[in-house]
Amino acid sequence: MAHTAGPEIEQLIQLLARLPGFGPRSARRATLHLIKKREVLMSPLASAMQRAFENVRTCSVCANVDTADPCGICTDVRRTGQGMLIVVEDVADLWALERSSVGPVLYHVLGGTLSPLDGVGPEDLNIASLNARVAAGGISEVVLAVNATVEGQTTAHYVTDRLAGQNVKITRLAHGVPVGGELDYLDEGTLAQALKARTDF
Amino acid sequence: MNWSGEGLIIGTRRHGETSIILEAMTAERGRHLGLVRGGRSRRMGAVLQPGNWVQLSWRARLDEHLGAYTVEPLIQRAAELMRDRQKLFMCQLLCQHLRLLPERDPHRGILISVLEILKSDADTTGAGKALARFEMQLLDDLGFGLDLSSCAATGTTVDLSHVSPKSGRAVSRAAALPFGERMLVLPRFFADGGEPDRTDLQNAFRLTGFFLGRHVWQPREISPPHTRDALIEMLAGPL
Repeated sequence: MAHTAGPEIEQLIQLLARLPGFGPRSARRATLHLIKKREVLMSPLASAMQRAFENVRTCSVCANVDTADPCGICTDVRRTGQGMLIVVEDVADLWALERSSVGPVLYHVLGGTLSPLDGVGPEDLNIASLNARVAAGGISEVVLAVNATVEGQTTAHYVTDRLAGQNVKITRLAHGVPVGGELDYLDEGTLAQALKARTDF
Repeated sequence: MNWSGEGLIIGTRRHGETSIILEAMTAERGRHLGLVRGGRSRRMGAVLQPGNWVQLSWRARLDEHLGAYTVEPLIQRAAELMRDRQKLFMCQLLCQHLRLLPERDPHRGILISVLEILKSDADTTGAGKALARFEMQLLDDLGFGLDLSSCAATGTTVDLSHVSPKSGRAVSRAAALPFGERMLVLPRFFADGGEPDRTDLQNAFRLTGFFLGRHVWQPREISPPHTRDALIEMLAGPL
């Protein structure tokens, strides 16, 4: 490829291209946009990234990401008194649940699912810390909000096994028809599950 | 290059933002991988789950390429499996076992056994027996089959009660006596096809686990699947 920009710009393009949703072409567009908006966008973005790099850490309690440890969720007194702990696979799932305004609940991020193909075993997930957290008391219900995939549900069963014997109610998210879902396009297993979990209308 | 056929989904791996690499077990082509473009879409999510039986069309420029799959669902079993802990763990373990087989090497018998187990509504004893027999079959297909036809020491074909951990051959009760607990117990149902009890199942899983560990997991530096321990505990109690 012909040399079109200096090494600093080329490096910026290469780094941006490694972001999710970006490819070389979109990285070039983003770089050009940043250069054009040098003062109003590039400089604040660089500062924000530097601050995030210096301050963001993983919460030692729930494995969420925040600038404080323990994170803002774990130290929120409105949440700690409720006794509901939602177990999620990833921080993105935590953010999704927070967007849905589930209420004053606590979270625990597992950090993935058990996946032998990817070499992820129980010791690679935050299962031991979940166990310790529940054993410490103050939790009355653990909600397993993992993906409705074979790997996600296997992980949920494994976590349930590990929590066996603890005086805590264990629940999981309902499976069924999504909003906007057309019955004709749903798989028979999901339909059967939705029918079984039907509610009064 | 292209082919079409039916297969069992045994695993998926994310590839980029929108695609996945699908691992399927087919009767004619064995364990076969391919890229599914758009495989991470909401529509394909329910289809591309381990345990589902699908129609596959594979296409590549050269045979040795990864190639691309198009997938249509035939039997969507995954949601049913997720409702039953034992079936879910069984499906996961069987898929993990199938991944031990070499790529593109047909193992029709193994696939038939897996489909029978997945379809079955057997109780814990029946499921345990089927799994133990499947692991024996897997060892055989991987080239490490046990020889249970006669005693390694005396040649007798009666009262075979143990297996030599060294040779993988059966040993009669009398010949095994001097070696004590160093011999692995041969559960009766492997020889006579009878109904096993929990002790028989535990002995069977100790036996298959020992040889899978020695010949497969350890040489490949992989840990025994955690689902195996959990499933065995459900079916036969802790080992």
